[in-house]
Amino acid sequence: MQLAKQVKQLIKKEMILEWRNKYALNGVLLYVVSTVFVCYLSFISMPNKLTWNALFWIIMLFASINAVAKSFLQESKGRHLYIFTLVSPIALIIAKTIYNSVLMIGLTLIALLFYCMVFEPTVEIDIPMYLLAAALGSLSFATIFTMVSAIASKAGNGGMLMAILSFPVIIPVLIVLIKLAKNAIDGLDRSVSLDDIGLLLVINAMVMGVSLILFPYLWRD
Amino acid sequence: MKKNWWKILGAILVLYSTIAGLLLGVPRLPILHESIRNLYFHVPMWFAMIVMFSISIFYSVKSLSTQSQDDDLRAVESVNVGVLFGILGLLTGMIWAKFAWGEFWSFDPKQNFSAISMLLYFAYLVLRNAIDEEQKRAKISAIYNIFAFPMMIVLIFVLPRLKDSLHPGNGGNPGFNMYDLDSRMRMVFYPACLGWILIGYWVYTIRYRISALVYKQQ
Repeated sequence: MQLAKQVKQLIKKEMILEWRNKYALNGVLLYVVSTVFVCYLSFISMPNKLTWNALFWIIMLFASINAVAKSFLQESKGRHLYIFTLVSPIALIIAKTIYNSVLMIGLTLIALLFYCMVFEPTVEIDIPMYLLAAALGSLSFATIFTMVSAIASKAGNGGMLMAILSFPVIIPVLIVLIKLAKNAIDGLDRSVSLDDIGLLLVINAMVMGVSLILFPYLWRD
Repeated sequence: MKKNWWKILGAILVLYSTIAGLLLGVPRLPILHESIRNLYFHVPMWFAMIVMFSISIFYSVKSLSTQSQDDDLRAVESVNVGVLFGILGLLTGMIWAKFAWGEFWSFDPKQNFSAISMLLYFAYLVLRNAIDEEQKRAKISAIYNIFAFPMMIVLIFVLPRLKDSLHPGNGGNPGFNMYDLDSRMRMVFYPACLGWILIGYWVYTIRYRISALVYKQQ
């Protein structure tokens, strides 16, 4: 099918570009490592599990904004026009979202690993559940920030605008996510969190749907 | 007169609800006592805000398909009025909270979420300022508006139900039944809502006419 082929090609192109200069990967990893290190210097040890959770999500939030913002902002005008003539806008937004999601999930897992090495998680943590929360969280960040980055890229001085636009939109997601992560940390029974997981999935689906509908309008420029 | 009857109606309703709200009797409820009267001022603000934002999203969607500058002006002016009502809603809520809960901002979920919805629309206004070219500005702000509106609905209606809140009528319902509205209160409350919505709409039409004239002058 035409659309699926285009999507696959676009994802491949993004991955090859990224692997060549590893700009986003290295940038975000460096950011995460330095933040965790600064926190280690200030906290030394972190007995409080609420702080552990909160800090992890703060770091991931800003790491995601940095990582995903580049996806649209670094395309030069010429390349933009070139892609415009080749593929349909829906294929482009799907490809970018999938690529950003994969990138974010990978980065989150690496960051979580490093974070756990420096600050031990609590004993009763439900690891698969926490991994699920982390994956869902990075997926939500990726979908929302991809769309916001597309909007901000059209507006001119992208970087700051991206942060202003994305912050209010990401708050409901953050609230549900932190609640879900906290349930995982407390080692609560899994059925308690089903509502939150459902809500996150619904928000993701809604954002994806709205992006698919709106992106073609944004594209025609 | 024929075209403007609703403006006079709005003014009369607001005047009536203000006077009656402060003078008529109210049911005695624990904790709330007389401050339940705030209901007549605080809640209509939010209704007017929702109506204004619905108008704005209607015109945003329309401006995407018609590409007319007129629709874009309507969208932005209704957001302006909506933001004004939202701020008033927050302020009336804060004054009431000082009496009922002891402090202006107690980080009650509903308070927080309404403040964040205001942030959403402030971001919309900032976005508009960041783009100079008219057509582009209209298109991009329409897209952001369509993106932001469902988020606001989720924030104000869905999320507070999931959490416990200090607001009267929470811990479940969105609110009116548990206010123990008796028919005395209903008599003032419904006209108040209608009156403020009409006043909000009036302000919006005036602002729209001014900005349309300014636009034509350029």
